[in-house]
Amino acid sequence: MEILVASAIGILTAGGLYLVLRMRTFPVILGVSLLTYAVNVFLFASGRLTIGAPPILTDATTYTDPLPQALVLTAIVISFGMTAVVVMIALGAYLGTNDDHVDDAPGRGEDAV
Amino acid sequence: MSLFLIVALPFLSALLPGLMNQAGRAACAGVTFTVTLAALVGLFTNLHTIIAGDVVMYRVDWIPSLGLNFTLMLDALGFFFATLILGIGLLIIAYARFYLAREDNMGEFFTYLLLFQGAMVGIVLSDNILLLLVFWELTSLSSFLLIGYWKHLPEGRQGARMALTVTGMGGLAMIGGMLILGQIAGSYDLSVILQNRELIQQSDLYLPALILILAGCFTKSAQFPFHFWLPHAMAAPTPVSAYLHSATMVKAGIFLMARMWPVLSGTPEWFWLVTGAGLITMVLGAVIALFKHDLKALLAFSTVSHLGLITMLLGTGTAFGAMAAVFHILNHATFKAALFMSAGIIDHETHTRDIRRLGGLRHLMPITFVIATLAALSMAGIPLLNGFLSKEMMLEEAYHTVLGGNHWIVPALAVVGSLFSAAYCFRLIGHTFLGPQRDDYPAKPHDPPAGLWLPPALLVVLVVAIGIAPFLAEPAVKGITAAVLGNTAEVPTAYFKIWHGLVPALYMSIVAVVGGLVVLALFKPLLKLWDAAPRPEAKTIFEGLVEGVVRLAKALILPLHNGAFSRYAAVMAVTVVIAGYYAWATGTVGAPTRSVQPAGAIEIAGWVMMVAAVLGMVFLHRNRLLSLVLIGIVGLMVSVGFVFFSAPDLAMTQITVEVVTTILLLLALNFLPNETPVESTVLRRARDMTVAVAGGVAAMGLSYHYLLRDAVTAPISEFHLANSYKGGGGTNVVNVILVDFRGFDTFGEIIVLGIAAVLIYALTETLLGGPVRARLLNRTPDKPLAGDQHPMMMVVLTRVAMPVVMMVAFYVFLRGHNEPGGGFIAGLIASIGLVMQYMASGYSWATQRQRYPHHGVIGAGVLIAGLTGIGSWFVGKPFLTSDFTYVRIPPFEKFELATAALFDLGVFLAVVGAVMLSLDGFSRLARRAHVKDSDYAMDINPARSENEALKGQGV
Repeated sequence: MEILVASAIGILTAGGLYLVLRMRTFPVILGVSLLTYAVNVFLFASGRLTIGAPPILTDATTYTDPLPQALVLTAIVISFGMTAVVVMIALGAYLGTNDDHVDDAPGRGEDAV
Repeated sequence: MSLFLIVALPFLSALLPGLMNQAGRAACAGVTFTVTLAALVGLFTNLHTIIAGDVVMYRVDWIPSLGLNFTLMLDALGFFFATLILGIGLLIIAYARFYLAREDNMGEFFTYLLLFQGAMVGIVLSDNILLLLVFWELTSLSSFLLIGYWKHLPEGRQGARMALTVTGMGGLAMIGGMLILGQIAGSYDLSVILQNRELIQQSDLYLPALILILAGCFTKSAQFPFHFWLPHAMAAPTPVSAYLHSATMVKAGIFLMARMWPVLSGTPEWFWLVTGAGLITMVLGAVIALFKHDLKALLAFSTVSHLGLITMLLGTGTAFGAMAAVFHILNHATFKAALFMSAGIIDHETHTRDIRRLGGLRHLMPITFVIATLAALSMAGIPLLNGFLSKEMMLEEAYHTVLGGNHWIVPALAVVGSLFSAAYCFRLIGHTFLGPQRDDYPAKPHDPPAGLWLPPALLVVLVVAIGIAPFLAEPAVKGITAAVLGNTAEVPTAYFKIWHGLVPALYMSIVAVVGGLVVLALFKPLLKLWDAAPRPEAKTIFEGLVEGVVRLAKALILPLHNGAFSRYAAVMAVTVVIAGYYAWATGTVGAPTRSVQPAGAIEIAGWVMMVAAVLGMVFLHRNRLLSLVLIGIVGLMVSVGFVFFSAPDLAMTQITVEVVTTILLLLALNFLPNETPVESTVLRRARDMTVAVAGGVAAMGLSYHYLLRDAVTAPISEFHLANSYKGGGGTNVVNVILVDFRGFDTFGEIIVLGIAAVLIYALTETLLGGPVRARLLNRTPDKPLAGDQHPMMMVVLTRVAMPVVMMVAFYVFLRGHNEPGGGFIAGLIASIGLVMQYMASGYSWATQRQRYPHHGVIGAGVLIAGLTGIGSWFVGKPFLTSDFTYVRIPPFEKFELATAALFDLGVFLAVVGAVMLSLDGFSRLARRAHVKDSDYAMDINPARSENEALKGQGV
């Protein structure tokens, strides 16, 4: 089980990083979203994996760690706000210049190739 | 008055003059004057304690764990400096009222002045050295504003920048020095540090601490080799120069050396550094001052020279030297402030400060003449004026000072310094006021109104009074000296009198004065020599240095940060991986403590789906719509994962956020190209792939590592689980953490969310207000649009679903405290319900039915949450303390009422408002000119005639 979650985090990170390194805004935004998943799952997993023991107080004796969950919950909502802002900035840049490159100066250095 | 108020008063009222700007110049100056007077009076209410030899303390713990406390201490030394700062401040304020021209913004000026004054008072009253550092930096910043007050003058801006750079760098050095000092002494409180002389001087870190602290003092007090900023700061308005360079800013370094005297002085290092720098500065400043033609420049270098003199006296490390220094600080403040103000008067009335264009002013400006002459003679060290007394003491001290086994070098240099000092004073008098009257002054000189000459006149009265009756100053100076010395030495018994008999100092004094007259007589040939001699220009060197540093910084930074975002991202990723690897490789890795849990077929299936979706995104990302679909799968699998691993709240949040994010990205994709073109080379893709895989492997390794091990220290979650019901009244621990334990966090988060939404709104407004608007209105969509954009089926369905969705949201909200749910999730669900209406029935139709603006909803949410928090103040509890009770209204079951629910309502509203406002921005972009917004919910409605429907569609 652990290896599945760990590898999922790894694959999300790798995919996110690769897309973040693309040259157009849209893939970069998707890349950031993938990284957000990776980070959220990573933080969530810091409470270790527990199956079938939600942090709702009942007669049960063991519960999963509620704190990472609370932190990740707000992170998810905030990430929506951030994504929206970034998308709006990207959109504004594209509509203003008819160019959706993320790099400041295409035509300079290796990044322009 | 409490010390806190004395320090706080200037800061608290700093905005008053700015606000009074409309009320006129007199009101502006009046309010500043009153505030300063109040602080001064407050200071004097403590006088009796100081005279009794006691110390007034004020203490508030700030960050005790760092040793940072808001502790203030008032002893004789602090009292003396605070009196100088506030007293001379009063005169300066009165003077500035008449000095500043009509076009100068007086409110701004006095605001800066009060900030500066507060910072200075803070320095001299601080007991905690960290607090002192804060005030120290504040003086650098506020003096920057004051020096650069005339923003239209390039000299003003350059001078201000130079002053800030030099004193700011010194401040940085001093932070280091103070931290070391605090580490040695084990406390950051001066009262403790001053008791630990032995401990500090024997420490190996004494020398670094000393050098760093002295760097701070020397830069502030313009000691060689940092003296060059002071003359350039003369570009400031004269009241600023008079204030900064007589009694305050430059005396801060001197103050600190005096303050630290008991613990730092008396060692050879101290002696060499401080006396050496002081001597050089004194002689150098005096020589340069003689050849300056600008009155203020002359005074600036004379200030440098006199600061050197005081520094040298402190450097000798003897009690007599300290007493002479204290006395000279007092005398210098009086005559120098008077001289600066006189120079300002001359500038104001004749419109020039160039000595070569002046001369013969004694009959034209008799009052100014008397004031300036008395002050200048005092500076030259003429008997019956206060400058004579302290200069005599300086020469006496110099006579006894041995530098490196040499008995004559210090006395000789002291005489040279005094000689040039006398010479420039005589030149100031001779070349400005004496000589023949001229007929080519830029303006017709006459004495100014009393407002300008009264402040310096008052100071000159002091100059003469102390000069004639030195015993008046004696108890005060001795009291202050006792405070400087602490318990390290006894105050010298020497009496203050004009005639000491035929002592060496008298002969040295005579040599200096006579020599000064001789030098003035030879001024013309000397000037020629001076002009011919090559001299390094400090400003050029400084600018060269700054340019060099900028070039170096650019050379370091530009290869990394060349404006290409991908490069930043790659550099950051690689750095994190390398740093992580370093930590991994050098740290110790414990054995796994948790057993691996088996994975079933369903889990593996979910994993496969997610991985396939990510891989699909990577390889097919050029098709943007497809990649959007794929990321939806990823989000869905993450949500399912949350359910599986006992996090129902997270799953609900993730899936609802997923819905709104997808809608948002779809809206955005409406405007962006559908395809990403192939642009990068194979090489670059390989590079990116490498970086990505390295990052992925690192993330995986780290996660796998800690998933198999328990936390090193017990998590604090036990507390939350144990107290959730007892203290928070809820069984859903995640929700109780959000609205109760960490409510303040959540409060901050909904504010961030609100700000993000408002930011989107602002960006939309900017876009729609600019050239983009026309393009958007006239664009033709690149995809064919459905003829029936708002189909009846969908409208009816969403309309029916709306109350159900709201009911679900309400239910999720209410049960949130005890079962999975809560304000965040309910807010997202409600938003989805609302968005459905927009999508199905059109923007126009939905907006018409929107009762409250989204901004208002966000604001209301934040306010409700904030007020809930504040509510706990009324019962004497800290912010956001929650309370709950169980209520039973007979026909119903017992239910719970918690203030946390009210807070959660705030969260709910903020989330709804933020989501709606964000999406609203995107939909407004989508409107086009030739397509009118339909007023009807459905494009085709059998109840309407077909023509009307077509009109509504705008075809």
